[in-house]
Amino acid sequence: MEREDIPGEAARLRPTLLRFARLQLRNEAAAEDAVQEALLAAVTSGESFAGKAALQTWLIAILRNKIVDHIRRSAREPSIQAVDDDGDDTDFDALFAADGHWADAPASWGNPQRTLENKRFHDVFEACMELLPEKIARVFMMREFLGLETEEICKELSISTTNCWVVLYRARMRLRECLQINWFGNEPGGATV
Amino acid sequence: MMNCHEAHKLVIQAQDTRLPFVRRIGLRFHLLICKACAAFERQMAFLRAACRSFPGGED
Repeated sequence: MEREDIPGEAARLRPTLLRFARLQLRNEAAAEDAVQEALLAAVTSGESFAGKAALQTWLIAILRNKIVDHIRRSAREPSIQAVDDDGDDTDFDALFAADGHWADAPASWGNPQRTLENKRFHDVFEACMELLPEKIARVFMMREFLGLETEEICKELSISTTNCWVVLYRARMRLRECLQINWFGNEPGGATV
Repeated sequence: MMNCHEAHKLVIQAQDTRLPFVRRIGLRFHLLICKACAAFERQMAFLRAACRSFPGGED
C-alpha cells in the first residue's frame, strides 16, 4: 500500500473501527474521539502497510490503547468507579441439578472457524454484548478485547479481585446463554449461509 | 472427585488465571471423563476466539 493511499483506506475502515469502539465505550462522542485519534495516528505514523488487513490490525491495536486511555481517565470519575455488587456467582446455579450435574448439558457449538467467518454471527455476538449490563461489559471487554490482566482491571476500576472474578464469570455465562439462544439454538441458521 | 458445578467454575477461572496444581489436575481429569464439561470448555474457548476476531472484516 502506497503512503498516499493510507488516508483513503483508513477512512474506509472507519465504520469498522467505530463499531469496535462504540461497543466498548458505549458513548458515541468518546468512540468518535478514539477512532479519530487512531486514524490520525495512522496517517501521521509514516508506517507502510502490506495491505488493508495489515492496516486494520494496526489501527485496531492503536484504537485499543486509545480506549484503555479513555477508560483510565473516566475510571477516576466517581460516576462509574464502582462495579455494582448486584449479584454473585450463584446466579446460574439453576443450570445444575442438586447433585452438581448439568441439568441441561452444554451443546456442541460446531466448527468455530466456520462460525467466525460468518458475518451474521458477528452481528449476533455484538447484540449479545450490548445486552450485558454496562459495568459487566466493561470488565469483560477490558479483559477480552483490550487484553488486560485481571489484576490490572481490578486496579484500574478500584474493585476487589473477588468482585472481578464474579463479574467475569457472569459475563461469560450470560454471553454463552445469549449465543446459545440466538445463534446456536437456531442451527443450522448460521451454517446455511 | 469434583462435580460439574465445581468444574464449570474452574473452567471459567482458568480463562483468567493459572489454577493451583491440584485443582488443575482435578479439572483435567474431570474434563477427560465428562463430555458436558468438555463441551462447556470449548464454548468458553470459542467466546475468547469470537472476541479476538470481532469485528471481523469490513461490512
